[in-house]
Amino acid sequence: MIPFAYSKPTDVAGALQLAGPDSHFIAGGTNLLDLMKENVAQPQRLIDITGLPLREVTATASGGLSIGALVGNAELARHPRIEADYPLLAQAILAGASPQLRNMASSGGNLLQRTRCAYFYDSAVPCNKRAPGTGCPARSGLNRNHAILGASQHCVAVHPSDMCVALAALEATVQVQGPAGSRQIAFADFHRLPGEQPERDNTLADNELITAIELPAPRFAEHVHYLKVRDRASYAFALISVAAALRLEGERIGELRLALGGVAHKPWRDPALEARFQGQPATSATYTQIAQAMLSGAQPLAHNAFKVTLAHNAIIRALGQAQRRQGATA
Amino acid sequence: MSDSDCIPAHQPLELSINGQRHQLQVAPWMTLLDLLRDQLDLTGSKKGCDHGQCGACTVLRNGQRVNACLTLAIMCDGDCITTIEGLADDERLHPLQQAFIRHDAFQCGYCTPGQICSAVALASEGRALSRAEIQEGMSGNLCRCGAYGNIVAAVEEALPQMIASDQGGPRA
Ligand SMILES: Cc1cc2nc3c(=O)[nH]c(=O)nc-3n(C[C@H](O)[C@H](O)[C@H](O)COP(=O)(O)OP(=O)(O)OC[C@H]3O[C@@H](n4cnc5c(N)ncnc54)[C@H](O)[C@@H]3O)c2cc1C
Ligand code: SF4
Ligand code: FES
Ligand code: FES
Repeated sequence: MIPFAYSKPTDVAGALQLAGPDSHFIAGGTNLLDLMKENVAQPQRLIDITGLPLREVTATASGGLSIGALVGNAELARHPRIEADYPLLAQAILAGASPQLRNMASSGGNLLQRTRCAYFYDSAVPCNKRAPGTGCPARSGLNRNHAILGASQHCVAVHPSDMCVALAALEATVQVQGPAGSRQIAFADFHRLPGEQPERDNTLADNELITAIELPAPRFAEHVHYLKVRDRASYAFALISVAAALRLEGERIGELRLALGGVAHKPWRDPALEARFQGQPATSATYTQIAQAMLSGAQPLAHNAFKVTLAHNAIIRALGQAQRRQGATA
Repeated sequence: MSDSDCIPAHQPLELSINGQRHQLQVAPWMTLLDLLRDQLDLTGSKKGCDHGQCGACTVLRNGQRVNACLTLAIMCDGDCITTIEGLADDERLHPLQQAFIRHDAFQCGYCTPGQICSAVALASEGRALSRAEIQEGMSGNLCRCGAYGNIVAAVEEALPQMIASDQGGPRA
């Protein structure tokens, strides 16, 4: 780690005043410090935001929930309102990292964690995301863990978060504050595809702070399932993950939400597809059609064609599990 | 950066470690793990990977288990830290330490301090009781020697005892 200055403001305005391109906010530190040790991140100043009053989980006027950016991942997964009304989110969080890391990690930091692409982490090799314009060694190199959807010529990295896959399915919004005031970003617009600018993971500006994540009023408290497939049983990033949520009307799909992790530069969701399957029978035949449609645009790389099959089967299984699940406990 | 905030090499830090108060000067870039091991000679906490991937550095921060390698010391100002050195009651080992010996829950012992601190927190979290829950609850601690079977057996034995006697939490 290179030396840096350290400040700990006590209010949001103070934190924003210090923000800028050479400064980084630090919350749990579980991603940023890791990247600093590898010289992938080299901030000149750390702005410790753990003193800011962003630790509350509060009910919103519209019947939803506002989660302060500093609420810890472990705390959030065990929050009674999350367990009861948003079990998909609880399951996704508990599928990620380790108990230690979940104690440290914050809600805001989880959204902003960077890709685990090994070339991105190795500052001795080129990488368009870390050093724009230098090339993408993953495209022709080892790309077993990389994207099968939505990648570009310039980057084939995937977003590593589990929590974000559930937040995408639940249509959360991200509350942001910057020098010009506050704004809301729909979850689908928060993370971005790499396109021509793989150095940009999301649509947040350097000098903007996430203050909260807002969940709409609960619609999927019953038939949900988060399925994560990885190389070992725990404490590993997803090869494929599926956040599945159903509202059943008798034997039919009343409403469907489906988001995939491990497949793209952002949690992958297709609302038009979800709408198309509304009213269809809730059967494995339908789930197979959903899986096919979801993956019809897949473009695997040299080493990750297996992910297309894995994702296909995982979607069918997750929807089946969601359908069979009853009540709030997993 | 403006001139007024040239990088200070050391900043004051006050910590309680294993019940003892420390007033220290640390560089902002020093991790809690390096502070414990290099500056305070508390070498029980181990550095396996230095990247949050193994759990060998697990300590309790205000009663919660954390990876000390991904924690900046300066961010712990005012906190209570418990390390493996702080678990025994004088000469009397913590029930988990005793259980690890009884079950031979190690080979080289490098992961053991982290395993034990992690299990102490697991007990205080009050969730894991079944064998499968213990396995998942201990999954943040890798053991290169593969002593997992005996580690889980040791935790399984000590857990009910700790929860009953309220020894899950650290003594600040
Ligand atoms: C070994 C290991 C395994 C892991 N496995 C998984 C896994 O399986 N699944 C998973 O989902 N995650 C996993 N993680 C990642 C972990 O979930 C993230 O590192 C964590 O959520 C980041 O949160 P943090 O508070 O520690 O972020 P920090 O490291 O503090 O910050 C991350 C980034 O966010 C910025 N930031 C933080 N808060 C704010 C804010 N409020 N506003 C604006 N910017 C902000 C920081 O400037 C920094 O750039 C793993 C991590 C490790 C080390
Ligand atoms: S996939 Fe993206 S992050 Fe990985 S090497 Fe290519 S440009 Fe870098
Ligand atoms: S040394 Fe901290 S997790 Fe490995
Ligand atoms: S006993 Fe050797 S690493 Fe666990």
